[in-house]
Amino acid sequence: MSTHSSGETWSVNTPGAVNVSFDGRPLVAVPGQNIGAALVSNGITAWRSTRKNARPRGLFCGIGVCFDCLVTVDGEANQRACLVEVQEGMEIEGSCPDQGGRA
Amino acid sequence: MTPIVSADVAVVGAGPAGLAAAVAAAESGAAVVLVDAGAQPGGQFWRHRPETVVPEQEGKGHHGGRTYLDLRARFDAARGRGRITYLPGLQVWMAQQLHPVQGDDAGFTLRTTPTAAVAALEASVGTQTVVARRLVLCPGGYDRQLPVPGWDLPGVMAAGGIQAFIKANGILPGKRFVIAGTGPFLLPVAANIAEAGGKVLAVLESSSPTAWLPHLRAAAGVPEKALEGAEYAAVFARHRIPYRTRSIVTEVLGTDHVSGVRTARVDADGRVRPGTERAYEDVDVVGFGWGFTPQMELPLSFGVQTRLDADGSLVGVVDERQQSSVPGLFLAGEVTGVGGATLAVLEGLAAGTAAAGGTVLPEKTAARHRRFAEAMHRAHPVPPAWQDWLVPETIVCRCEEVTARQLTDARESLGARDTRTLKSFTRAGMGWCQGRVCGFAAACIGAGSGVAPTAESLSGSAKRPLAAPVGIGELAALETTDN
Amino acid sequence: MNSASDVLVIGAGVIGAATAYFAAQQGLTVTVLDKGLPASGTSSACEGNILVSDKELGPELELTRYSLGVWHGDLAEHKRLWEFESKGGIIVASRESSLASLNRVMAAQARYGVVVEKLDPDTLRNAEPNITPDALGGASYPEDCQVQPMLVAAHLVRLATDAGARFVADTPVTGFLRSGDRITGVRTPRGDFSAGAVVNCAGTWAGELAALAGVNVPVLPRRGFVMVTEPLPPMVHHKVYAAEYIDNVGSSDAGLQASPVVEGTPSGTILIGSTRERVGFDRTVSTNALRLLAENAVALFPFLEHVKAIRHYHGFRPYCPDHLPVIGHDERAPGLWHAAGHEGAGIGLSAGTGKLLAQALSGQAPDLDLSPFAPARFGERKENSTTHREEATA
Repeated sequence: MSTHSSGETWSVNTPGAVNVSFDGRPLVAVPGQNIGAALVSNGITAWRSTRKNARPRGLFCGIGVCFDCLVTVDGEANQRACLVEVQEGMEIEGSCPDQGGRA
Repeated sequence: MTPIVSADVAVVGAGPAGLAAAVAAAESGAAVVLVDAGAQPGGQFWRHRPETVVPEQEGKGHHGGRTYLDLRARFDAARGRGRITYLPGLQVWMAQQLHPVQGDDAGFTLRTTPTAAVAALEASVGTQTVVARRLVLCPGGYDRQLPVPGWDLPGVMAAGGIQAFIKANGILPGKRFVIAGTGPFLLPVAANIAEAGGKVLAVLESSSPTAWLPHLRAAAGVPEKALEGAEYAAVFARHRIPYRTRSIVTEVLGTDHVSGVRTARVDADGRVRPGTERAYEDVDVVGFGWGFTPQMELPLSFGVQTRLDADGSLVGVVDERQQSSVPGLFLAGEVTGVGGATLAVLEGLAAGTAAAGGTVLPEKTAARHRRFAEAMHRAHPVPPAWQDWLVPETIVCRCEEVTARQLTDARESLGARDTRTLKSFTRAGMGWCQGRVCGFAAACIGAGSGVAPTAESLSGSAKRPLAAPVGIGELAALETTDN
Repeated sequence: MNSASDVLVIGAGVIGAATAYFAAQQGLTVTVLDKGLPASGTSSACEGNILVSDKELGPELELTRYSLGVWHGDLAEHKRLWEFESKGGIIVASRESSLASLNRVMAAQARYGVVVEKLDPDTLRNAEPNITPDALGGASYPEDCQVQPMLVAAHLVRLATDAGARFVADTPVTGFLRSGDRITGVRTPRGDFSAGAVVNCAGTWAGELAALAGVNVPVLPRRGFVMVTEPLPPMVHHKVYAAEYIDNVGSSDAGLQASPVVEGTPSGTILIGSTRERVGFDRTVSTNALRLLAENAVALFPFLEHVKAIRHYHGFRPYCPDHLPVIGHDERAPGLWHAAGHEGAGIGLSAGTGKLLAQALSGQAPDLDLSPFAPARFGERKENSTTHREEATA
């Protein structure tokens, strides 16, 4: 289960968990979270590796500018994890097709 | 064929400037279309938890939250009256000027594509083409970055990215933070982290507090900013956040994730002072911000007149009505000069009113805020000697993994002095982000150590014929036009 | 006055760079001027083709094959500098009629000595597994290769300067120096440069420059758009184009044309070319061009429908009305030489052009007869000039 801090900017009121999978492994996310947040709060901070040097990458700009956080969502490659809100049953894959390895 | 939405005024961006522009244009009687990449209004500054999950919008924790709630109420009302067509979740991949028929009676076309091409999210709005007589561009900006050894490790984030993460998700991206760079924006980022329960080990500011002194008069003209500063000071004191000036991160440590940072004190030019090095261990998130880079690709695609602002950013030139050098094209917010949300709202209101044909009165508050912003820029410059922090292996272009050595070699042996030739010779700026992240740094490296990049070089990295990635299938489905 | 040199090259695109490089190799003193930086014009806005497959039988093919020999010979030691890649070309026919014309072209090319191999549908699919199921067959051209054109120009300039040449950036030519009828140098904002021979390698601006010297060299711009995709795993293994491409290259039709040219690159992106339209130096982005590129690319490789484009670029290919380059001494203006108008083949032809011109400049008989490319074929002096005077804003 994702952890929450108290006293954050906007009040949290999470009615129920959202079940998604990451590379086939079940994860619990909070409704309204984006994929990047769901991964990070489950302890996954890197989910793809770079093409040339196979270096791990995860969130960087956090607002859709840098494209570092790319994931495959329900088969759609190269989606920005920081922009896509989790939905029940979503299948998330880390290593994008152009990547050699996996972080 | 793509559906076409027509309006008197099209606004791009639903942050402070765009929301204000849309509201002002609608209230001046225009039919407005507002296109935004985000899923809900607010932009980066007023980013908040999804309204589907957290319906009550309190405005708490946002400076100017009341302004947002007021604009939001007027926006919702105008939508209710059918004056604003709101198209969220769409990115503009190309904006074009229609052939002017007579005089200033030109028009504009916006081509859009979904921000996220995920089936589960596409229920609301599909790809649209927008046609409008007037266009207001309010695309905002993002954190400016300077590369430093280790900055490509997971756990390193843009300072604004950390803040956006907290605002959008209500949680923290880690536990122990170091925030570094320059500018007043580092303060709210650290404060938000601390208030959300995170430990901020230090805020490292490369400039010096005395840098404010010559600009005190300008700062004093904006009392609410002083108030904001006092609030942050209280937060810093309450959470015991060390604020270290004339200090930088010289290296991010870690193998597959951030584990710590090395820091040092610097002189006024940003040169490391020997013997001042220290290390922070057990760090899991490092946030960097060196001011902001305005998103200039859409304005540049129209060939608007540009200038270098006090912070060294390339921005669009506008008149007192926020009109650019292209008749009918208005700019508001960071693309006319980074100046914060209050100024962006004032500019957006002026731009929206003018685009709708209304009268724009001279605005003294905006002038004060511009003076304040300029004072802040001058007090928080990018340190001229920052390139000294690089080692040859430091990645500068994160997408194409181009190193500092490759860039300096291209400059020294192949004569590449601007972003365009550096890109040609090294691929820096040719990857996924199209130079958004490395453009400023590459321009600096092309210019050489200690030399500020020219407007032309910055423009070379900010011109992006596709303003967003677009599906080839979508392009194939475009209608035939006469241009 | 700057010091005099044997050869003054105007333009540091790939043609000027190759000319300077080979002239310096010949022991000539060389100065290269460019109005900007190296590779700032068409060389930076093309695909880096070295193609045998698309050439008309005749002088251009002769020059192509000679040039290929120079790439593999004189320049072989530098291949890595400019990412030389022997990827091979494949022409695909998806209609019975185009398959028939492709077969005719192949037979003629083979008689001319071009290495070409017929591909039946199975061998085609082995070579390109993601090709359209509509493909009826094709032709394979193993000699086709590719370079990174900006690196070619920049490194050839650097190698020339290593060999003693001088490069002067940001120096536009504003006029010519004369002694009687003879051209003896150029005028620039940085002063005059005199030389025994002045070589016009100004690409799309070559016609404008020739006009400054009072001679007619009708070099016209033809606009071409190229689209670049997101990085992908290897999906396209050769330079793959449709049989209709060949017809387009030799066309003088002013309207928008496009035929699919699709190729993978070492960086993972796929290049999708190329439109051809005669619109002067118009830089307006054309949605029609993008649509045509996309449509045709998807028809050739259906998987591309679900791939994203991340950028596009366009360049102006310098061409002459008879679709042959202008290479050699201009007897109408003694002392002035030209090497321009190579259209979409300038990268591939640059090596041969530079070497042949350097031979002629140093008084030797060139390895290949340059008379088909002679500047004087455009007639006496300036009458009938069709030189474009549009604003040169590259």
